Amino acid sequence: MIPCFRTVEPLEYYRRFLKENCRPDGRELGEFRTTTVNIGSISTADGSALVKLGNTTVICGIKAEFAAPPTDAPDKGYVVPNVDLPPLCSSRFRSGPPGEEAQVASQFIADVIENSQIIQKEDLCISPGKLSWVLYCDIICLDYDGNILDACTFALLAALKNVQLPEVTINEETALAEVNLKKKSYLNIRTHPVATSFAVFDDTLLIVDPTGEEEHLATGTLTVVMDEEGKLCCLHKPGGSGLTGAKLQDCMSRAVTRHKEVKKLMDEVIKSMKPK
Amino acid sequence: MEGMMQPDAKMRTESGAESSPRGPGCSLRHFACEQNLLSRPDGSASFLQGDTSVLAGVYGPAEVKVSKEIFNKATLEVILRPKIGLPGVAEKSRERLIRNTCEAVVLGALHPRTSITVVLQVVSDAGSLLACCLNAACMALVDAGVPMRALFCGVTCALDAEGTLVLDPTAKQEKEARAILTFALDSVERKLLMSTTKGLYSDAELQQCLAAAQAASQHVFRFYRESLQRRYSKS
Repeated sequence: MIPCFRTVEPLEYYRRFLKENCRPDGRELGEFRTTTVNIGSISTADGSALVKLGNTTVICGIKAEFAAPPTDAPDKGYVVPNVDLPPLCSSRFRSGPPGEEAQVASQFIADVIENSQIIQKEDLCISPGKLSWVLYCDIICLDYDGNILDACTFALLAALKNVQLPEVTINEETALAEVNLKKKSYLNIRTHPVATSFAVFDDTLLIVDPTGEEEHLATGTLTVVMDEEGKLCCLHKPGGSGLTGAKLQDCMSRAVTRHKEVKKLMDEVIKSMKPK
Repeated sequence: MEGMMQPDAKMRTESGAESSPRGPGCSLRHFACEQNLLSRPDGSASFLQGDTSVLAGVYGPAEVKVSKEIFNKATLEVILRPKIGLPGVAEKSRERLIRNTCEAVVLGALHPRTSITVVLQVVSDAGSLLACCLNAACMALVDAGVPMRALFCGVTCALDAEGTLVLDPTAKQEKEARAILTFALDSVERKLLMSTTKGLYSDAELQQCLAAAQAASQHVFRFYRESLQRRYSKS
């Protein structure tokens, strides 16, 4: 009887739970799913991280390559993010060129990197005007169960903290770059942006960390990206039902708490890793 | 030659908002709107904000491909063409923002299994482009007669290094700004429909910008009302 009702009237089914201030999976309205992170699992990448937010699984791999710096900024390097949502993660995606969802997510991650100044692009320059690093950040979703933006941001941050770049010197005689693989150093991560996503139900209720089903039933979504000083890097609200200023304030305070939780988790994992 | 007054004659209306040079504080650039200027689309509008100009055309409700149809409401599509070059990932992201904003106000349930397409062409970009696109889309939807539960408008705020707020920034002001926030507000309760931001800012600054945008949206909605009154009073 209950499985039938859920399929036939998903919105009514959800409303019954929301009336009691909880959700079908047993969470409170302001509770996140269990977050797990695994750093450095891909040995062929310069930095990697796997993040699981409940069922949503996202892996980020970072490769560093050489490139000539941009002509209008000869002392800067590049950070190129790309979010891929393959048909593996959900039946709604088909193989072929990236769909709208993947492009929007890629643009979102690019905006977060740029707005939060997580890496100073000047740090990626080896020789001004001649050689610089380009970091290709590939974020692949392995299982899509809602709240992809939070998972991608966290995976990117964890992978960047894991990246080790070898020392490069330019030989004056041959003008070639000499890479010293034995001497590696971590990137200088200046801020730690953490994303918190909300879904708006029936124009009034706000729930945190929506699952795939909840995202489908919601009338709007909101993602807040905050760094440790309480500064906002991004307030992404792509349409949907209207929100008042007071509701936004509640979201901000939840985002601040979430930032502390995520930072603590990441610091624990990094501390527990054996040095390479 | 004057000719007969056609019911769908072009109506050009201009806003009396403060024209350049702008004083310090909150004031919007001069804006102008022209409706029904294209003959093929069901509705069209051209919106000018200072030197930024966007042309919008709306087709709908029209037939929809079976793969894209939704059984109980209209499928909304937005296409945004930049002034130069091919549309890229940034345009896709903006299309999604505009589409979701339109979906929140358009009464899609009245036209199930149809498609409503909004096509936006950037004619010139001199700052506050996304807000201009939103305004043009709204005016075009009104011109096409698509049923909506509210009107919406776009407002851009820029915060410079000292924290001064500038509404409707020009391209130069946007480049020098520390943060740029674009909001879409609805006309009924001034609620926040859409927001997208660039740069770093604090929570208090966000509330300040939101309040300023809500005040500025009053001017925009008054302009919508005046321009529509002028258009329908003559015919």
